[in-house]
Amino acid sequence: MTSATIAPRAAEARPRRNLLKLVITETRFEFLKMLRLPVYSVATLAFPLMFFLLFSTIFGSAEAQGVRASRYLLATYAAAGVVSAALFSFGVGVASERGQGWMRLKRVSPMPSVAYFVAKIGMALVFATLVVVTLSVAAMVTQGVRFAVADWLTMLGVLLIGVFPFATLGLAIGYTFGPNSAPVVINLLYMPMAFASGLWMPITILPPVVKSIAEFLPTYHYAQLVIGTVGGTPLGNASVHLIVLAGFTLAFLALAAFAYKRDEGKTYG
Amino acid sequence: MNRNYAAQLERVTKRYGDVLALEDVTVRVRTGEVLALLGPNGAGKTTAVSTMLGLLRPDAGVASLFGTSPNDVAAKVRVGAMLQISGVPPTLKVREHIASFAAYYPSPLPLDKVLTLAGLEDVADRQYGRLSGGQKQRVHFALAMVGDPDLLFLDEPTTGLDVESRRDFWRQVREFAEGGKTVVLTTHYLEEADALADRIVLVEHGRVIAEGTPAEIKARTAGKVVTAVTKVALERLATLPGVTRVERVGVATNLHTAAAEATVRALLNLDDSLYGLEVKGVSLEEAFLNITGGAGPAVFTPRAPRAEKVEVLA
Repeated sequence: MTSATIAPRAAEARPRRNLLKLVITETRFEFLKMLRLPVYSVATLAFPLMFFLLFSTIFGSAEAQGVRASRYLLATYAAAGVVSAALFSFGVGVASERGQGWMRLKRVSPMPSVAYFVAKIGMALVFATLVVVTLSVAAMVTQGVRFAVADWLTMLGVLLIGVFPFATLGLAIGYTFGPNSAPVVINLLYMPMAFASGLWMPITILPPVVKSIAEFLPTYHYAQLVIGTVGGTPLGNASVHLIVLAGFTLAFLALAAFAYKRDEGKTYG
Repeated sequence: MNRNYAAQLERVTKRYGDVLALEDVTVRVRTGEVLALLGPNGAGKTTAVSTMLGLLRPDAGVASLFGTSPNDVAAKVRVGAMLQISGVPPTLKVREHIASFAAYYPSPLPLDKVLTLAGLEDVADRQYGRLSGGQKQRVHFALAMVGDPDLLFLDEPTTGLDVESRRDFWRQVREFAEGGKTVVLTTHYLEEADALADRIVLVEHGRVIAEGTPAEIKARTAGKVVTAVTKVALERLATLPGVTRVERVGVATNLHTAAAEATVRALLNLDDSLYGLEVKGVSLEEAFLNITGGAGPAVFTPRAPRAEKVEVLA
C-alpha cells in the first residue's frame, strides 16, 4: 500500500543527468575514436594537404576566377577536405556502428538519440576546422598567402556550412548500406562529384560540359561560395548557392529519415 | 501493465516476412528473480528480449518494462543489457567506453568499481580492438552494469567462452542477483539455465512450450536415449518398461526412456540378434521433443519419411 506513495518520491530523489555534459563527453569520445583511426584521420587531413602542396607549387602564380591560384586552391582543397570529413565520418561511421550492433546497444541505453547526432556533427566540425587550419598554415608558409583575421574567419565559417549537407548525405548512405559497401558507395559519389565541381582543379579549365553537369551537384555550389570568400569572383549568385545547399540538406535528411525507418524494424534479433 | 513485473511480454506476436518469430508469447519477469529463456538456436529468444527492450515493435500484443513502455527513459535508466553484438568501436579504450556509457545514467557506478566488477583493471587503458574475445565480452558486461541497473538482460552471454570464463561469469551474475536484482537470461545450455535461474521458460519455434523451476524442467528432460539396431517392431518397442517414445533413424532405433536400465534389460531379452547398443543422455533438442511430444507414456511418433525406411528394412 505504501509503495504507491514511496515510488514517486524515489523517482524525484534520483539525481538528474547533466545533458550538456553528456553531449560534450559523447563528442569528445567521438573525436578521439576517429582521430585514432588512421584510415579516417590521415586521409582527411593529409590528402587535401598533399594535393594542395603539389598543385600550388606547380600553378601557384597562375590565376583562376580572378584570384591567384594559391588562394583559389586553398579554397577548393579546403572544401574537398570538409566534404570528405563529413561524408566519411557519417557514412562509414554509421554503417559500421550499425553493422556491429553498437547502435542497438546505444538504443537500449537511455542515451538521448539526439546526443549521437550532435556528437557526430561536433566531431565533423572539429575535423573540418583542423583541415582548414592545416591548409591555411601550408598556404601561408609555402605560398606567402596572407589573410586579414576577419576574412579568414569568414572563409572558415562558410567552409563549415559544408558539414551539414554532406553529413546528412553520409547519414543517408550509412543507414542504407552495410559496413563493407558504404565506403565504396561514398568514394563512387565523392570522387566524380569533387572532380566535376572543380574541387581538385579549377572548374574554369575543365570542358564546358562538366560545368553544366556540376550545376546539379551540391559540391559545385559549395565551392563557389567558398571561392567568394578568398577574393575570387564566384560563378553564379551566392544566395542561389545557399538556397541550393539548404535544399540538398533537407533532401538528404529526408532520405536519411526514410532509410532509418526502413532499417529500424528490420534489424534482426 | 503490471508494475510488479520488471519486464513483461503479453500475448506478443512478431513476424519477419514469412517467418513467425514469436507466436502469442506471454512472459512475465517478476522483480528479483533470475529468469532464463531456454531454447535451441532460432527459437525466438533474442526476438523476445529485443521486444522487451523496445528494439522491435510487436505485430500484436504488448511489451513493457517496469509497467511502462520499454522506450520510456524512466524505464531505460533502470535497465542494463548485454546483447549479441560483434563489437564496439575498436579505437576507444576500455575506460573511455565505460565512461561514455556512464554519462547516460543518473547514478552510475564509479568507474573503478565497474572495472573490478568486470575484471578489467589490467586492460582499462587498452583499446577495445586489441582485447581478446573473452575480454571483449567482459567489456560488454561492464557496459551493461555501469548504470547500476535493477534489471539486467543477458542475451547468450557465454557463447564462445571457455569453461573457466563461463563459471567466472556465472559467479558475477549470481552476485548481482543476490542483491535483489532481476535478471533475464537467454541461453541454449540447460546447464547454464540450471546454474543461474530461479525459473526457466522453454521456447521453441517462437512459442513458450514449458515453464518451471530448473528442477521441474530437468525432471522432464532427465530421460536417456537407448540406441540399437534391432528387428523388433516399433509398436512392440514402445511398450517396453520406461519407454516414452520410439523412432527409427536409418538402420538404428532410438528409444527415449525414463528408466534406461529396465529398458535395456527388456530389450536384450526380446532380441538376441541386437547389436550397436548405446545409451546417451538426451540433448536439449531431444528433451524439447519429449516435452512437445506429449506427456503420456509410450507415445509412438514415427515420422512419415522414416516409416518408409522401416518397411524397406522389414
